[in-house]
Amino acid sequence: MSRELIRLRDVCMAFDDELVLDHLNLYFNDKEFLTLLGPSGCGKTTTLRIIGGFATPTSGDVLFDGVRINDVPPYKRQINTVFQKYALFPHLNVFENIAFGLRMQKRPDPKDPTGKKMVKIPEDEIRERVMEMLEVVSLKGFEHRKPDALSGGQQQRVAIARALVNKPKVLLLDEPLAALDLKLRKDMQIELKRIQQQVGITFIYVTHDQEEALTMSDTIVVMDKGSIQQIGTPEDIYNEPKNAFVADFIGESNIIDGIMLQDKLVQMYGKTFPCLDGGFAPNEPVDVVIRPEDIDIVPVEQGQLIGTVTTVTFKGMQYDIIVDFKGFKWLIQTTDHCPEGSRIGIKIDPDGIHIMKKSQYSGMFGDYSSFSEEYDELDDASLSLDEEESGDEA
Amino acid sequence: MKRNNSLMNRLLMLLVFLFLYAPIFLLIIFSFNAGNSNMIWKGFSLDWYAKLFHNRLIMESVYTTLLVSLLATVIATIAGTFASIGFYAMRRRIRTPLMTVNNIPMMNADIVTGVSMCLLFVAFFNGWENFSVWFNSLGLFQLPTRLTMGFGTLLIAHITFNIPYVILAIGPKLRQMDKHLVDAAMDLGCTWMQAFRKVILPEIKPGIVSGALTAFTMSIDDFVISYFTAGSGSSTLAMTIYGMTKKRVTPEINAISTLLFVTVLLLLAVINIREARQERAALRRK
Repeated sequence: MSRELIRLRDVCMAFDDELVLDHLNLYFNDKEFLTLLGPSGCGKTTTLRIIGGFATPTSGDVLFDGVRINDVPPYKRQINTVFQKYALFPHLNVFENIAFGLRMQKRPDPKDPTGKKMVKIPEDEIRERVMEMLEVVSLKGFEHRKPDALSGGQQQRVAIARALVNKPKVLLLDEPLAALDLKLRKDMQIELKRIQQQVGITFIYVTHDQEEALTMSDTIVVMDKGSIQQIGTPEDIYNEPKNAFVADFIGESNIIDGIMLQDKLVQMYGKTFPCLDGGFAPNEPVDVVIRPEDIDIVPVEQGQLIGTVTTVTFKGMQYDIIVDFKGFKWLIQTTDHCPEGSRIGIKIDPDGIHIMKKSQYSGMFGDYSSFSEEYDELDDASLSLDEEESGDEA
Repeated sequence: MKRNNSLMNRLLMLLVFLFLYAPIFLLIIFSFNAGNSNMIWKGFSLDWYAKLFHNRLIMESVYTTLLVSLLATVIATIAGTFASIGFYAMRRRIRTPLMTVNNIPMMNADIVTGVSMCLLFVAFFNGWENFSVWFNSLGLFQLPTRLTMGFGTLLIAHITFNIPYVILAIGPKLRQMDKHLVDAAMDLGCTWMQAFRKVILPEIKPGIVSGALTAFTMSIDDFVISYFTAGSGSSTLAMTIYGMTKKRVTPEINAISTLLFVTVLLLLAVINIREARQERAALRRK
């Protein structure tokens, strides 16, 4: 794997005695697309602000290329940021917005032999680089527009160009797609990934949208309550969640209490199921994760478990059905239609079962008794965003 | 019935406005009177206006008024701008009570502000006298021992009562600004001062101009606070007019008052038109 670029060592952050980051240890590799993922108030934005230099950690170190940069102001860091609501300068046009960083830069005069004299970047080079950047973000011909004459997606691209034109080593993105509508968001996800591969620098991306994280990232860091819950590739995080929080936050999960009888054998509802996990103590209580798409519906007589369908929702590609197994409600995704009130059997293959150790999150997630409410919450993504903002201010 | 009602409404409104503005109209009309009476009309003339410009006392106080207003406006605007940025950066729990403290001087009776400032200056001058006598006895160099109220104290007073108006005008502009703009500028290589000049200033400029105009109007307009802080050495226009009325109200006073009224009216019109325009621009932006 490539070389380490940024490291956070034992970083703590407290606002008014409230611990926002709790002994965070994390490193970022060069040229990787890393996503900090978590619900609002989990500390992901604070982590980003610490890396950008907009916040100083209460304790711990921030290292850039092995050098401690805790007290280096933002304007001296080789890091640029794309802010949540773009923060374009309203009084400048697109060209001047993108040129802003270049106009601030000074570098050694190539004509000066001592190399001490600092000069500004010449105007023709600025023009060239801005135009090049406009091409990268597909905004040629927009250079004379003011930001308020652009659509949300276009403003987004200007913000990215404005940051990238300075050739930073790291680009920080703070929920950059949150204000866009769904269709545009999907397009921009692919666009962002393309830009990252084209310019070949590290992207550190903050989001509360698990789908966004899975689509774009090389590495995902799942955070909650100021602590890292899991670090891994999107596949790892989805297939092998470490605890009930991660399992619930990434995708849909049924999380059931189980007992690990022995390696590769777990007991749920008093029945034994073969699985692929091991390394637990005999008869250790565990959390069992079963993804809704890994459950096969079979005739009652062939079922490992038998339950009653309580709700059916048509989703286009599949039906989401809620099935009651002895009072615990499961979400199952199936292409077969099962009418409400019918009794069905289910079968789970060993590779559809994932075993997790008990954690502080056990028993908090994975029951679909309040299914519809959960969907409402998902629709209110923008709402939780605002909450985080007001939280920052306090 | 309804028609009748609206007629009544209009009549009532006319009466109210007549009641409010009749004195001022009377004053303006008689400033153009050829005779020297405020009751008997003897024909139109501009004599009183011409006379004004030859009255040294009035011209001097016009000069004092303009100078103190301009200086106080400039200083209060600069101080108020930075103060509002300070307020903006504060946490809400601290900002709200401090903003209330900021607003009190605007609501406070002018006479209380004037008298209290006068007392403060006198107390300070007394203290200064004791200090300078002691300091001069050291023999290093000589400090003046007697300070008196005059242009300096007048200016300080005007600056003081102007600052809250500037803060009040700029605050909303700062709150409308995207709070990440400064972060963005610093991210792109600006120090805080550069970010202030290149990003904050253009954003809050309309607020600064409104604040400065309000401050200038308040300064031109002020009588009570000036009266208590100018001492015997300097006199603003309002004070001079007051002094002249002690003898007899001549149409000359009408003329200068008319000019003062028109100046303040124009300033207020400019402030209101600007505000209306900004509101429309803000609406369009949304």
